[in-house]
Amino acid sequence: MSAVVAEHDDHHDDHDHGPAKGILRWIITTNHKDIGTLYLLFALAMFFVGGSMAMIIRAELFEPGMQFVDPQFFNSMTTMHALVMVFGAVMPAFVGLANWMIPMMIGAPDMALPRMNNMSFWLLVAGVLMLASTLFMEGGAPAGGWTLYPPLVLQTGKAFPFAVFSVHLLGISSIMGAINIIATILNMRAPAMTLMKMPLFVWTWLITGFLLIAIMPVFAGAVTMLLTDKFFHTSFFDAAGGGDPVLYQHIFWFFGHPEVYVMILPTFGVASTIIPVFARKPLFGYSSMVYATASIAFLSFIVWAHHMFTVGMPLAGELYFMYATMLIAIPTGVKVFNWTATMWKGSMTFETPMLFSIAFVVLFTLGGFTGLMMSIAPVDFQYHDTYFIVAHFHYTLVPASVFILMAAGYYWLPKWTGHMYNEKIGQLHFWLSTVSVNILFFPQHFLGLAGMPRRIPDYAIQFADWNMISSIGGFIFGASQLLFLYIVIDTIRGGTGEKVTDEVWEDAHKHGLEWTLPSPVPYHTFTTPPAVIPTEHI
Amino acid sequence: MSTNDAYYIPHKATWPIVGTSGLMIMLAGVANFLNGSPIGTTMIYVGLLMFIVMLGGWFALQSVESETGMYNHGVGISYRMGMMWFIFSEIMFFAVFFGTLWYTRNLSVPWLGGEGAKAATQQILWPAFEATWPTNGPGKVGGEFEPMGAWGLPFLNTLILLTSGVTCTWAHHGLLAKKRDQLIKGLLATVGLGFLFVAFQAIEYHEAYTEMGLTLGSGIYGSTFFMLTGFHGFHVCVGAIILSVVLFRSWKGHFQPENHFAFEAAAWYWHFVDVVWLGLFIFVYLM
Ligand code: HEM
Ligand SMILES: [Cu+2]
Repeated sequence: MSAVVAEHDDHHDDHDHGPAKGILRWIITTNHKDIGTLYLLFALAMFFVGGSMAMIIRAELFEPGMQFVDPQFFNSMTTMHALVMVFGAVMPAFVGLANWMIPMMIGAPDMALPRMNNMSFWLLVAGVLMLASTLFMEGGAPAGGWTLYPPLVLQTGKAFPFAVFSVHLLGISSIMGAINIIATILNMRAPAMTLMKMPLFVWTWLITGFLLIAIMPVFAGAVTMLLTDKFFHTSFFDAAGGGDPVLYQHIFWFFGHPEVYVMILPTFGVASTIIPVFARKPLFGYSSMVYATASIAFLSFIVWAHHMFTVGMPLAGELYFMYATMLIAIPTGVKVFNWTATMWKGSMTFETPMLFSIAFVVLFTLGGFTGLMMSIAPVDFQYHDTYFIVAHFHYTLVPASVFILMAAGYYWLPKWTGHMYNEKIGQLHFWLSTVSVNILFFPQHFLGLAGMPRRIPDYAIQFADWNMISSIGGFIFGASQLLFLYIVIDTIRGGTGEKVTDEVWEDAHKHGLEWTLPSPVPYHTFTTPPAVIPTEHI
Repeated sequence: MSTNDAYYIPHKATWPIVGTSGLMIMLAGVANFLNGSPIGTTMIYVGLLMFIVMLGGWFALQSVESETGMYNHGVGISYRMGMMWFIFSEIMFFAVFFGTLWYTRNLSVPWLGGEGAKAATQQILWPAFEATWPTNGPGKVGGEFEPMGAWGLPFLNTLILLTSGVTCTWAHHGLLAKKRDQLIKGLLATVGLGFLFVAFQAIEYHEAYTEMGLTLGSGIYGSTFFMLTGFHGFHVCVGAIILSVVLFRSWKGHFQPENHFAFEAAAWYWHFVDVVWLGLFIFVYLM
């Protein structure tokens, strides 16, 4: 291990190579670690902004009847909560991890296109600022749902063009970020790091990058047509002029379905990185993981209309999209099987990152199962647009993507900061989150099956009990996340005071290059590529 | 290790934040303008100016770095990958509008005319509507119009763009063979043909609006026609401007047979724009 460490030199801080002073450091930085930090902190902040909106939603739904907010604002909250969480929190958090970890995992000195890297981050901030500004505009923020379906969304007030342009900015940011990640992975690997030796996090990001470049322009095109329909008299989504509002849905979901995989594939990657370390075994079925990821990505382009079973598609369409959607369960099942087999007979320990990862495997599988249920077109007529689908995608996003982001935080914070987080509080955070997330979302299955529609601020009396339970779970979940905030700040400021080793976790250096570097990691790493790479993760 | 062998990692980049701010101010300006707010126009100008300054500054910096040999082979590969994936994203962007055209022509317009399972929809909503193409829909949105024919200006423009693709390649051969004269002449011709294309398209649009009653508001035909050709025309403008910069740099003596990424990127982009036009000519004008 020390031989590998000696390969890189961190005494390179002569002439121009240190960071700029003060706040300027963050504005003009091209360093992948700085930019990774910016992304992660921004995502964390947005996690709390989006979370506050969720608290407003759950407060309003605590009891039947109108309690706190008017319906228009309630709908703005559901719309903005989704947009902020998807584009402001989950996606940027994974881009942040990619920035921090990919160069270190493949033995590269930095990202391939460092200046563009800086621009991707600041465009993200610009896009989110523009989106957030709509909250304060005449007519309120967009309230037609994050899918922005016409004709409803065309009734948005002054906020409308701002929402459209924020999508453009976020799209440019994502595309630049994705191009950078792909170029880094394909062009900057240490010579010994062949494709089939790359850590799975790198693999999943390579494929996610491709998804992003393929779909963000599609979303941009869709909202551009909304804009011209509203302001320039076009008829893309207006049947009177020969257009079709359903066309928007097709385009949106051609983007939207791969988009949910943009959030889940890196999740898979992190899980596949963490589980072997704490099971003290190589990952089971490395190459099948790679192929499963690629097949999921491929399938994600040909299943979009399972979001539209009830719009009145021709029968052949219903059948095709039903069967194609079911296929996704196969590669997904391969993955779940592999994680389980990795843990099988491992010498497991249950530190916080591992706890979150195990919860991910179990709870994500639940979300996958409800997905499979909804893929059956005739029964989806019942589930569609009810709380059942809300429960489905929250299981795939919260105890999956968000939990894995937490796991990643606990797993790499000691490496980034050189300090150990407080394991006790970490585990408390885990247990509170896991119990409350189920109180929050599990009852929503029942509500949905009983017919409670989504995106409505009031409901019939029969839904009262489960809603109250769900809201209580929501408040506990929301409050527990403050523990995470505390831990992050505490760890940055010194944590437990215990000096962490370079490998941090027992034998981690056998699994990944990042653990061969000093903790905390120096500003520049791998200015010359490492000669030997660890292969235990394979 | 000599600096030239190492992958060049720039530090302290100031242009990205200028560009980002410019873009944001410009788009916020357009949004304000669309909302009828008076400060919109000013914001558009300010943002656009910042954006243009960024482009100038950033590209000038890159060309100086390139000419002083700061980029090794690896950097060149990253740039090429970046450009290719960027073009791929553009392909997907155009695919949306081509897809829209396909969907409306083959699915939604026939449905409005009562095809397939939608017979009742038609009888109840628009019994008089007959599904044909071109159409401005059952509501006759935008009024009477004449569709754009293929064999006038559009065909001429096809020839122009195809020729410009050839002159661009001829310039590239000149660069590779160290014939600077051929390089410059080839580029000059390409840029000239590019702007000629744009000029003809402007005339075409003018005719459409003033003589044929064909506007962006002419139902789905007008919408798809102007969206597709308009975005393409915008790309031709951008491509021609990029090529002009490359021309200027060639004239200043930049680019070597083994080091001319900017030229390559511009040429790829130009060929991409060319191919999109062929798609447009076939699917928008001919069929
Ligand atoms: C086994 C794999 C999966 C299957 C078969 C599946 C299937 C489905 C189906 C059929 C719907 C539409 C339900 C309706 O509107 O009636 C849906 C909605 C949704 N799914 Fe999944 N899903 C799967 C995995 C995932 C994953 C991994 C994610 C995210 C990481 C996800 C996120 C979503 C979201 C966000 C929606 C709702 C979008 C909306 O209408 O706002 N799903 N899923
Ligand atoms: Cu989907």
